[in-house]
Amino acid sequence: MASTVWIGTRKGLFALRAGRGSWKLAGPQFLGHIIHHVIQDPREPAVLLMAAKTGHLGPTVYRSTDRGRNWREAAQPPAFRPVTDGETARAVERVFWLTPGHRSERATWYAGSAPAGLFRSSDGGERWEPLAGFNDHPQRPQWAANATPDGQFLHSILVDPNDPRHLYVAISVGGVFESTNAGRDWTPLNEGCAADFLPDPNAPYGHDPHCVVQHPLKPDRLYQQNHCGIYRLDRPARRWQRIGEAMPKKIGDIGFPIVLHPRDPDTAWVLPMDGQTVWPRTSLDGKPAVYRTRDGGRSWRRLDRGLPRSQAWFTVLRQAMCSDGRERPALYFGTTAGEVWASGNLGDSWRCIARHLPQIYSVSHAA
Amino acid sequence: MSCTVRIASPLRSYTAGAATLAAHGGTLAEVLAHLEQRCPGIRFRMIDEHDRIRPHMKLFVNHSEARELSAAVRDGDTVHVICALSGG
Repeated sequence: MASTVWIGTRKGLFALRAGRGSWKLAGPQFLGHIIHHVIQDPREPAVLLMAAKTGHLGPTVYRSTDRGRNWREAAQPPAFRPVTDGETARAVERVFWLTPGHRSERATWYAGSAPAGLFRSSDGGERWEPLAGFNDHPQRPQWAANATPDGQFLHSILVDPNDPRHLYVAISVGGVFESTNAGRDWTPLNEGCAADFLPDPNAPYGHDPHCVVQHPLKPDRLYQQNHCGIYRLDRPARRWQRIGEAMPKKIGDIGFPIVLHPRDPDTAWVLPMDGQTVWPRTSLDGKPAVYRTRDGGRSWRRLDRGLPRSQAWFTVLRQAMCSDGRERPALYFGTTAGEVWASGNLGDSWRCIARHLPQIYSVSHAA
Repeated sequence: MSCTVRIASPLRSYTAGAATLAAHGGTLAEVLAHLEQRCPGIRFRMIDEHDRIRPHMKLFVNHSEARELSAAVRDGDTVHVICALSGG
């Protein structure tokens, strides 16, 4: 099975293709475009969708039907509905996240935007409609009342493999929300998550999930890397458990990405960053390390073999770490310093497979 | 009304590389609608879903900046589409 790792950067799209013991960098495509997310359609592997914009131009979505050789822009990119008098007019500033729909809904895709909005396409990504159940929810103005300095993102759109009507989304400084009726109504799902920046520690929403993932073989198992810790939730429970408490105290449990083993619901990887004082969000002490749990978060092991031993001050963003989905998965992450790192042994050791790229926003694998 | 539209380089992927196009319309909105017919997708990259000019776009009719799409365009005018960006 040929492998491509798609690298979305602040300045364009790159591809890393596996060769005999080496990786070949291709691109850039869309040089100068801001690429937030590139995702292969597991239902139709030749299809890829890409969320893009430029510094000047409005946000859009591109679609490829030939594994990324050619791209065509959506005829109707994600956009909020027209407003009536007195309403606040929200405009999509960027399309930030893309998720393929359920395997039974072959042409359905979801997109998340900044400011926080949820959109659905029923024709493979050609035409997008705002999902009114979320965007016009009476409580949405309260759920998404605040924004981080870099914007207010809707991300981590999850479609339950066992039920296409069961959805989760996350908003940075908003929280996690769940729908059981195909997005017509939503409820917050944040109990147990810390929100150290809120006056009410038990607030029902307003939390800052950085990345939420769902295990494909055990969809009731959710993991979350939050601004305030690492969590696990086994549904139907509603209270998140802070599994990051088991991380070494000097490392803490702050980060952006969390990646799951595609076959083992108890195995996950995180990449901690510095969340102290003014939140540098760099590798802790300039010494990057991946941490892995193999017991659902009861314990964590530091994995830094091959990574820089000192003076490496990069950040790995929430879409910039992935597995290749195989039985024994390879792992990849891309840094804000433009490097791509890979591990073929479950994170035990790492090697740099690309460097000198622009700031990396997303890393995704395509089979 | 017939006018000339000068297209900034970031938008020329929509115009097959053309830096100028002829267009019709008595207002900026009509000119952009005509442009959209000829170059599908170009309008949304400049104008948001509430008909507001995007923050880093500037539209001029001749030498006057147009802040609303209701701005008048007269026969022989030149509409300039300008992109304003700074930083690395």
